[in-house]
Amino acid sequence: MKAYEKVEASRRGTRPLGRAYIDAMLTDFIEFHGDRYFGDDGAIVAGIGKLNDIPVTVIAMERGNTIEDRLKRNFGCPSPEGYRKALRLAKQAEKFHRPVICLIGSSGAYCGIGAEERGQGEAIARNLMEFMTLKTPVISVVLGEGGSGGALALGVADTVMMLENAVYSVISPEGCASILWKDAKKAPEAAEALKLTAKDLLHFGVIETIIPENNRTFEEISATLKEELTKEIQEKMAMPIEKCLDNRYNRFRKIGA
Amino acid sequence: MHVMSLFVEASVTCKACGTEHNGKKIFSHHYVCPTCGAYLRVGAKKRIRLITDGTTFSELDKNLISRNILDFPGYDEKLDVAKKLTDMNEAVITGIAKIGGAPCCIFVMDASFMMASMGTVVGEKLTRLFEYATSHNLPVVGFTASGGARMQEGILSLMQMAKVSGAVKRHSDAGLLYITVLTDPTTGGVTASFAMEGDIILAEPKALVGFAGARVIEQTTGQKLPAGFQRAEFLLDHGFIDAIVERKDLKDTIASILQMHAPKRRKKVK
Repeated sequence: MKAYEKVEASRRGTRPLGRAYIDAMLTDFIEFHGDRYFGDDGAIVAGIGKLNDIPVTVIAMERGNTIEDRLKRNFGCPSPEGYRKALRLAKQAEKFHRPVICLIGSSGAYCGIGAEERGQGEAIARNLMEFMTLKTPVISVVLGEGGSGGALALGVADTVMMLENAVYSVISPEGCASILWKDAKKAPEAAEALKLTAKDLLHFGVIETIIPENNRTFEEISATLKEELTKEIQEKMAMPIEKCLDNRYNRFRKIGA
Repeated sequence: MHVMSLFVEASVTCKACGTEHNGKKIFSHHYVCPTCGAYLRVGAKKRIRLITDGTTFSELDKNLISRNILDFPGYDEKLDVAKKLTDMNEAVITGIAKIGGAPCCIFVMDASFMMASMGTVVGEKLTRLFEYATSHNLPVVGFTASGGARMQEGILSLMQMAKVSGAVKRHSDAGLLYITVLTDPTTGGVTASFAMEGDIILAEPKALVGFAGARVIEQTTGQKLPAGFQRAEFLLDHGFIDAIVERKDLKDTIASILQMHAPKRRKKVK
């Protein structure tokens, strides 16, 4: 697949995202709501559940399946209160020594007046800082479109995995093409130039693992992901937390050094 | 380490009222138009001269130079133009200096270099500065300005947000002070990382500060933006910055904050 075909695949309305993977991989999931400051952002589904009998906190982006659901979830674009809910539950996980799984899939943080009024930049910035020293293992998975800072806000982790046809980029190919070449139709060229596929990102050390997708059913893909997550979590839980945090810092420290 | 040379133009024209001013005169007015009061953008070197004491500034990592890692079309040319235009190697200058007698690390971003977008070198210079400040027990004073991440460096530029934030967190956890001064314009990935991570966040009057671009918001939502949207005063009203400080008062304000955080006053919390 060409880069832009992957962009289209990652955005496809029928592509399973956060909630579908939670249901497929976790048992006894209980959703927790709200940021305790302003509201509850439907674009982030979060709570606790068991992954192969290991209690985990899961924080997932979700766009919804029906039109009503999508409107409620703002088409999966998180607002500041979504990132603050994520941080609240990550801190809760830290307190109770639960590992955190972040599931990423969104065109980006919401671009709206309310989001700016409530500090979208501040909310993302705080997550970047706080997740870096969160004293419990964090594993992130890019399931769909990993849209810029809004995706990275759940992407500061010990290990980052990516589905084979997911993408992760600093800007949408359309945005890039219209800024650089004043022509959004050149998005396919921009997608190539941005090097946003899982294979590219593995090459640059931005992700550690690719979950194969092609010619596989959702059940097969989610079973592989469940297995990989369990393995990673067991490994990270066995490690002294200081070492885990040093590795997390250095994981980002070496990018572009 | 290197000491910078400073070039002051013969004359500068105010973009707001069109008045032409003598270069030295407008420098002494801190690049605030004496005729209409508009705030003109200040280049990094001039800002350092205006804020730091005498010749105390000493530059770090001056020779880190961006490469076209992704082989992105047109990026080499853009870097060449920016370097020639600004006589800088990258969009941020970092170093150590004294402000009002207080030693500190300082960084200043320069919007005339590719809109001070953050690529790997900007991220690396800032990370090194925070690491230096942490190991030398120094506060950091940072002047932000940026169009956001540098898209010609793709995902690697995005990752700089996390990298710098990690270094800021370690500096913060060491009990050290970080003051940010938001200048016009501070947007995108810089707003969503180290610009908003200061212990104390100051801004210049009317500076544009936001995450998403105003045009993008209008196109996405179809809503008309309120007057003064994403200006410093808007952020103050919504509780996201500590104070708006006029440019002529910035040095004294920063010096005063630094003095109140002098190391001997700090006691470690056990």
